Amino acid sequence: MEAVVFIFSLLDCCALIFLSVYFIITLSDLECDYINARSCCSKLNKWVIPEMIGHSIVTVLMLVSLHWFIFLLNLPVVTWNIYRFIMVPSGNMGVFDPTEIHNRGQLKSHMKEAMIKLGFHLLCFFMYLYSLGLSLALVEAREH
Amino acid sequence: MQAPPGPGYGLHGQDYAAPSGPYSPGPGKAGPEGQGRCGGYYSGPRPGPAGLGLAGVQRGYVGGIAAFGNYHGSPAAAPQGFPATCSPQLAPTSCRSSLPAGSPHASVLAAATGWSAPLTPVPLPPPPGYSASPWSVQAPDRLLRNHAGPSASAGSSPANPVADSLAYPGRQNAPPPRSSPVMSTVLPGAPSPRAPPAGKHPREPVALGVPLPGLPPQKGMQYGDCVNNQASSAPTPLSSASDDEEEEEDEEAGVDSSSTTSSASPVPNSYDALEGGGYPDVHSSSASSPAPDHAPEPDPAPAAPLSAKVMAKPFGHGYPTLQPGYQTTAAPPSAGTFAQYPQQHPGVNQLSSALGGLSLQSSPQPESLRPINLTQERDVLPATPVWAPVPNLNLDLRKLNCSPDSFRCTLTSIPQTQALLNKAKLPLGLLLHPFRDLTQLPVITSNTIVRCRSCRTYINPFVSFIDQRRWKCNLCYRVNDVPEEFMYNPLTRSYGEPHKRPEVQNSTVEFIASSDYMLRPPQPAVYLFVLDVSHNAMEAGYLAVLCQSLLENLDKLPGDSRTRIGFMTFDSTIHFYNLQEGFSQPQMLIVSDIDDVFLPTPDGLLVNLYESRELIKVLLNALPNMFTSTRETHSALGPALQAAFKLMSPTGGRVSVFQTQLPSLGAGLLQSREDPNQRSSTKVVQHLGPATDFYKKLALDCSGQQTAVDLFLLSSQYSDLSSLACMSRYSAGCIYYYPSFHCTHNPSQMEKLQKDLKRYLTRKIGFEAVMRIRCTKGLSMHTFHGNFFVRSTDLLSLANINPDAGFAVQLSIEESLTDTSLVCFQTALLYTSSKGERRIRVHTLCLPVVSSLAEVHAGADVQAAICLLANMAVDRSISSSLSDARDALVNAVVDSLSAYGSTVSNLRHSGLMAPASLKLFPLYVLALLKQKAFRTGTSTRLDDRVYAMCQIKSQPLVHLMRMIHPNLHRIDRLTDEGAIHVNDRVVPQPPLQKLSAEKLTREGAFLMDCGSVFYIWIGKDCDSNFIEDVLGFPNFASIPQKMTHLPELDTLASERTRSFLTWLQDSRPLSPVLHVVKDESPAKMEFFQHLVEDRTEAAFSYYEFLLHVQQQISK
Repeated sequence: MEAVVFIFSLLDCCALIFLSVYFIITLSDLECDYINARSCCSKLNKWVIPEMIGHSIVTVLMLVSLHWFIFLLNLPVVTWNIYRFIMVPSGNMGVFDPTEIHNRGQLKSHMKEAMIKLGFHLLCFFMYLYSLGLSLALVEAREH
Repeated sequence: MQAPPGPGYGLHGQDYAAPSGPYSPGPGKAGPEGQGRCGGYYSGPRPGPAGLGLAGVQRGYVGGIAAFGNYHGSPAAAPQGFPATCSPQLAPTSCRSSLPAGSPHASVLAAATGWSAPLTPVPLPPPPGYSASPWSVQAPDRLLRNHAGPSASAGSSPANPVADSLAYPGRQNAPPPRSSPVMSTVLPGAPSPRAPPAGKHPREPVALGVPLPGLPPQKGMQYGDCVNNQASSAPTPLSSASDDEEEEEDEEAGVDSSSTTSSASPVPNSYDALEGGGYPDVHSSSASSPAPDHAPEPDPAPAAPLSAKVMAKPFGHGYPTLQPGYQTTAAPPSAGTFAQYPQQHPGVNQLSSALGGLSLQSSPQPESLRPINLTQERDVLPATPVWAPVPNLNLDLRKLNCSPDSFRCTLTSIPQTQALLNKAKLPLGLLLHPFRDLTQLPVITSNTIVRCRSCRTYINPFVSFIDQRRWKCNLCYRVNDVPEEFMYNPLTRSYGEPHKRPEVQNSTVEFIASSDYMLRPPQPAVYLFVLDVSHNAMEAGYLAVLCQSLLENLDKLPGDSRTRIGFMTFDSTIHFYNLQEGFSQPQMLIVSDIDDVFLPTPDGLLVNLYESRELIKVLLNALPNMFTSTRETHSALGPALQAAFKLMSPTGGRVSVFQTQLPSLGAGLLQSREDPNQRSSTKVVQHLGPATDFYKKLALDCSGQQTAVDLFLLSSQYSDLSSLACMSRYSAGCIYYYPSFHCTHNPSQMEKLQKDLKRYLTRKIGFEAVMRIRCTKGLSMHTFHGNFFVRSTDLLSLANINPDAGFAVQLSIEESLTDTSLVCFQTALLYTSSKGERRIRVHTLCLPVVSSLAEVHAGADVQAAICLLANMAVDRSISSSLSDARDALVNAVVDSLSAYGSTVSNLRHSGLMAPASLKLFPLYVLALLKQKAFRTGTSTRLDDRVYAMCQIKSQPLVHLMRMIHPNLHRIDRLTDEGAIHVNDRVVPQPPLQKLSAEKLTREGAFLMDCGSVFYIWIGKDCDSNFIEDVLGFPNFASIPQKMTHLPELDTLASERTRSFLTWLQDSRPLSPVLHVVKDESPAKMEFFQHLVEDRTEAAFSYYEFLLHVQQQISK
């Protein structure tokens, strides 16, 4: 059972890592003028909700399977994601708004955020991997 | 350029392809069928003569393009440089000759009976693919001719398939692919780093537009000295080249000579006549024209060049000292350069010493640094208007620098490092007014536009020539080659003097761009009017005013022979008007399906202004009466805008939306969000941001298709301007708001609308524009303010640009600027003029870099800083809250003054100290806090507040300053003392009074100039002579409550007063509305709320505010 949880988490985490990389690439494209603000933001806004859901699922899963440490580790990031999503002003076109992304260093802060998330997900990835190994070893030990 | 190339055209493909099917069936069949189903689209019998038809000219974009090809020759380019308002008779009339004579059907529209047809909403959702049925349903022309029934013979319909098929391919071919992700940055010829460099091959000698009839060129300096060639510029560098034989093409000659005339001929009463440090020559020639806000004397910037002319002789001598990289410019202690002023211009002295950034000779430190104890200085406001400070550059650079009216920086001395900037606690940013009406503008027609190869900067007066063949970019320091063509100077017809070219002699120039700067042929001027005709709108009665203005100004609309115009009206349905040439009267097409809007006919909705002139006139005459009996109260603004977008997207252009209420139907409908009880709340002001992203998305779509949406909101109740404004804000439109507009109950608003419309319809306009701002390496721009869409980091996409639009940019210092002594900023505005020319207007500003805090303070430009702060505060109040924004404003004063206080710690600390350059800072911030946008505690309607914020964001500095801090003059005792002469008129110059009731005496009469509105306040015991001589009434009691004009009386006092008023009015593009306010009338509240130095129930008086600031500092 443990193993299944972690295998799922691993897959989910992989997806989140890819997503973070995608965010970074798209944002840096915008920075270098390869794409314009409008298309960049519409591309990114599409993935804000999947990212939020994907991350929430893992977190809830950790809560359900009583992995407190991993749950608490994930909690702030999930909270931030949800908060960010809820706090979008009604007139904006999503978390990424093409009319504001160039203002007040927003692009930079989005970039920073994506980088931090990438690091965080990588950390989680290895943690899940380790936990998976541990649980498999435990299962094996129990069988013996 | 959001939409990928395909969809836009694909869509139209469907649009246009569709009709051919249904139309083909032929007359007998189509008629009845159309009749049967058309209820939903066109419901209403309309009497009309038979024999119209679509068979008229199917004129697509192709025609326009073809016309464009040989357009250049038109002499109509002449008025480019003129503010259209001032010389309406000069304006675009010159191109009339090429007009086709309008069809002479002067048939007056049969009484509007048929027009206000009963609406029979037959739901008829058009299938997504525009399949044949909805189209066949249309057949509006048939209906028109025969509303009775199926007996219609649609004689014209067979022509349609042919016409359509002819027109459509052209349409597709004519504009090149409009957008693609890759192209986006380059789009309308944007000066993108990736754009191909302009050809660098030697070419034929160029033709040059020459602004000035000139002095003979100065003998050139040696090339060995070329490093600072710009410093050696002759005062009048350009001689006329209009007779230049080498000009290759007639059309260019036409353009050139026109620019020559435009710049040379003095334009009386022109707003800009006296502007501009960059144009020393203007001042000598136009000294008699009105100075807008600079009173008698030209401001210090021009003063310097004038004197420089005298001193200019020994260029060779004075000049070598400048050599090593402008060392001298920063080096001389301020006193050195400043001290020259008093000698040269003793007259200016007492005026400008107040805040000109100039020093008195006696003072060891510059005047702008003189510490002032604000709490003890009673009259902090100078008696004359405040000038822009002059950057502390050497005279030659100063003379070349851009006019402060176009380009201003909050700090005229740029701090070397971000740390120093942080220490000074002053905002750093630029205030731009790039498309200002100019009386004098060098227009350059050249095959190669010389630009830096790496950063794409345009060559400008501040580059350095390393030798004859190479120049060093002043923004990125790359060394570039001088193209062969540039070596030849067509003005002097000499070779080998690249530094004498007009590009290098003027910091504001305009290039005629080649096809490298186009992604499609320049678009024609296209105007679409979208008008609210609901019951509410009819009540307000704006339509008559608008139609009248349009009729009067139809000939003055900027444009050429390709100009197109269209009309749409909407209530709960959308009405289109087919004005195709050949009809004897306009056709009205009604689309009632607002959930999926489509265009009822592919052609004839936007028609050539000249070909369909008569029809347009008929429509404009009929429109005001067509809907008078309407009972429709709903407003489907969103769908109407979607339709307008569809109509405009093939070409781009300007959409003018007139709206009178909250949109209540279809996409983009809004709810009332204002709680009237919260209007005077001191705590939270909610709903400053938009309620929906519909208008923002629409604006971005429009911006992508080069369409700007201008909003005229004429409403009596809350209309959620904060949401509606988005449609203009992001599409580079402009916003006009007329609260409680009513054509009879509120005559002053109506007069304002009339005046605004006159300006709006006739002012210059640029289409498909982009603006890029570049700055010296080390500086970076991070936030932009104004109406536009930031397409990429430094590229502002402006679907339209108008001369009344201002912009602001915040800057930060990323790298230390220690290795340079000068920084430069360059804005390049690429636009299509209304004559279909692609032009680039380039402004370059050069500022010194300083390393000490004192110098930073000395160079602070308090007005620019206030305008930038106001812009930042608007952002803050929307993204955070109004109280945050107010706190931030107060903190800006507290921080900057305490930063200054710490530098002069040796002085006594008894009062609130400020350098002279910042002495008005607290006053202006207080004025800002009492401005409608930011005030709390005073009842302010949400829309009024939001409108004030919109204005702050989009107004240029001069207008914004008057809005924030009006000018108050006492006018009952005008004398000729200090008066200036303008066009043989004597204009008295009454001193400025501080905005406080203590200055208002009962015996006096005062004029308050708030920019867009004038108040004349008449005291109770005002001299009866004044009342009689100026107002034309025997005594105070007989003055009416509402008075908006001064009578023309034949008395000296009246003449003086009117001459002063006219002078003020002429100095700005929008002629303000005058209110005469009696001391006892209820309207005096409006007047008194502008007295910012006084205490109100909710806000500090000026003195209290100073104490508050002092308290905060000492904390």
